Amino acid sequence: MSGAEKIDVTVTEIVPVNALVKRFKFERRDGGLLPTFSGGAHTVVEMKDGDITRLNPYSLMSDPMDQSAYTISVRRDDEGRGGSLFMHNKVSVGDEMVISYPVNLFSLDLRAKKHLFLAGGIGITPFLSQIKQCERLGDAWELHYACRNAALGSYVDELTAAHPFEAHVYYDDEKQVIALENLLNGQPIGTHVYVCGPKGMITWVRATAEKLGWPREAVHYEEFLAPQPGKPFEVRLAVSNKTIQVGKDESLLEAMERSGVDAPYLCRGGACGQCETRVIDYAGAFIHRDHWLEDDEHASGEKIMPCVSRFEGKTLVLDR
Amino acid sequence: MTIQFNDETFRGDYSFKNSDWAIQRFPFPFHEDSYMYSVNMEQHRGGPKGSIYEKRFDVDEHYLAEMRDRAMVLDDDPLRCQSLPHMTLAGWDLLELIMVSKSEDYPDLFELHRNGDQWRWINKPMGIDDSFTFLDAATLPYGPMEYITRQAQGDFAVLDQRDDNLWMDAGMITTQADWSLDFDIGMNFFEWHAPVPLAHEKGIFVRALKFLLNIQQGAPARRLNWTMTVNPLLDTSPENYHKWGVQKTEITPENIGSKQHLRVELQTFFRLPRSNALVFPIRCYLCNFQDLMSMPKWGRRLHRVIRDLPEELATYKGFIDNRPMMLDYLEKFDDGLPTSPGIWPEFETEPPLQK
Repeated sequence: MSGAEKIDVTVTEIVPVNALVKRFKFERRDGGLLPTFSGGAHTVVEMKDGDITRLNPYSLMSDPMDQSAYTISVRRDDEGRGGSLFMHNKVSVGDEMVISYPVNLFSLDLRAKKHLFLAGGIGITPFLSQIKQCERLGDAWELHYACRNAALGSYVDELTAAHPFEAHVYYDDEKQVIALENLLNGQPIGTHVYVCGPKGMITWVRATAEKLGWPREAVHYEEFLAPQPGKPFEVRLAVSNKTIQVGKDESLLEAMERSGVDAPYLCRGGACGQCETRVIDYAGAFIHRDHWLEDDEHASGEKIMPCVSRFEGKTLVLDR
Repeated sequence: MTIQFNDETFRGDYSFKNSDWAIQRFPFPFHEDSYMYSVNMEQHRGGPKGSIYEKRFDVDEHYLAEMRDRAMVLDDDPLRCQSLPHMTLAGWDLLELIMVSKSEDYPDLFELHRNGDQWRWINKPMGIDDSFTFLDAATLPYGPMEYITRQAQGDFAVLDQRDDNLWMDAGMITTQADWSLDFDIGMNFFEWHAPVPLAHEKGIFVRALKFLLNIQQGAPARRLNWTMTVNPLLDTSPENYHKWGVQKTEITPENIGSKQHLRVELQTFFRLPRSNALVFPIRCYLCNFQDLMSMPKWGRRLHRVIRDLPEELATYKGFIDNRPMMLDYLEKFDDGLPTSPGIWPEFETEPPLQK
């Protein structure tokens, strides 16, 4: 069985946060306690959408020490393959769902003298649990949170009310921008910076930190990619001795699972490296979307991350 | 199950002894008639009833004697227990993991009562009944890791996970096979494994690290490792090599059966929830040759493994000089018959010694 351990839960609360974001609360079906976790962890939510089973990762935003319930926030993506639309439109209070044990690929560096959090949009969610962890342990932190506008600023009111000195909010439509160089230059020695948001923001923060001489180990980022739709393609799975079709709205990993192949995975977002698969033969072009493999590995045609990457061409044979 | 705890020592007069029960459940580490390194991991989710795999943290007849020995080692050398400042949260994680596991797995021996942050821990064999506030180290007599590992058999390496590596940033190490926490503290996975021969070339550590980094909450793993120890010594540390190293020269054909011990480590790996650290409990089991030879399968197999072991490994494991004498002894218990696969002794079905 691939992936993390599973937990049977019931959806006990759904709260619309704003026009795009809904918050879901899960409690154990057997009435027991959920595992504690570390700030920045995610859970993989299993969605039975007709014939398709989707497994999408969402950051846990509740208090890591609260074992009574987990909460996640889901931003609706009208252009996506349907996972967030399923959560928004088809999940109701009382529904039974299956989620995974917490997995953390974005954990705090506990050596830090201070944690500097930089969030963009829905990228706020891992920081919500990290802030609760910091508050509980008495760690120093500061948040700089960029949102499109006040109406779409998820949890802005809660954050600024509870943490008026630590939480700083920037609205794009008011032309407010994080003064990143100043901010990074002003940090005490031993500060670690964490960024979660759109790809452009992550690139900007990493490049600026590097330019300013920040140690690589002190810069942390999380970017979960949702698998993107694409042209259907055919894959030969050599070990399983199967030829499968990958539909336009499913990922290669999902197509393998649908065909009964137990392929390894954890994050399903191109970050953790678990699903790395060797390419035996191909004639065509890879559409690599992960940030696990190095550029030369992408170019080599020897490896693919089936959770987010696709293929266009005639033949693809994988060692799975 | 009630365990009869032995009154025994791992030093001085070496009165350590395995009961018949302890011999039967000894974790013989060879599943076939030869040995080479491998990433021999499996999930740690119970095992045959009564076996050392059954519980998350095995408690056996040596518990109280091992805890007395640990206290003596720490009295002499407090640096056997260290925790870098950022590892305190992992220490609480470990305390919780052991208290919850032991109270659930051995309810007749251990009790844990939790009311929010107010916890009460009862360890009946050791006569401990402490109330404390979870996450408030001032309410315990030691730091959380030291407190609980003074009450748990085996060594504990607590590894921080960051930058795609594991870091030896805390531990309680008093029953070790010749490695030093004080030397390794702060090292990463490749640094502290640097002295191991052959395995680097085989890519063992790259694969092992990848496996360990991906151990997740709720899915612990385990493996066995082994070496040889003369006399039932728990503390075979580099710090005390001047005391125990010389004992390797005291083996004779007459005393080898009782003095030479196979030392097996049950290594388990648990992801710690609050800190995202990894704890690596290393539980040491000792069994002398003559007790091992009471199982015909183990007699046949141990001879073959020791005979065919590459020289580098026998050197690294510290018994290259004594190997000829070991083989003279073990050879008498190998009649050339085939052995069944797997580590279990199969005493009922394996044929008795034919010579």
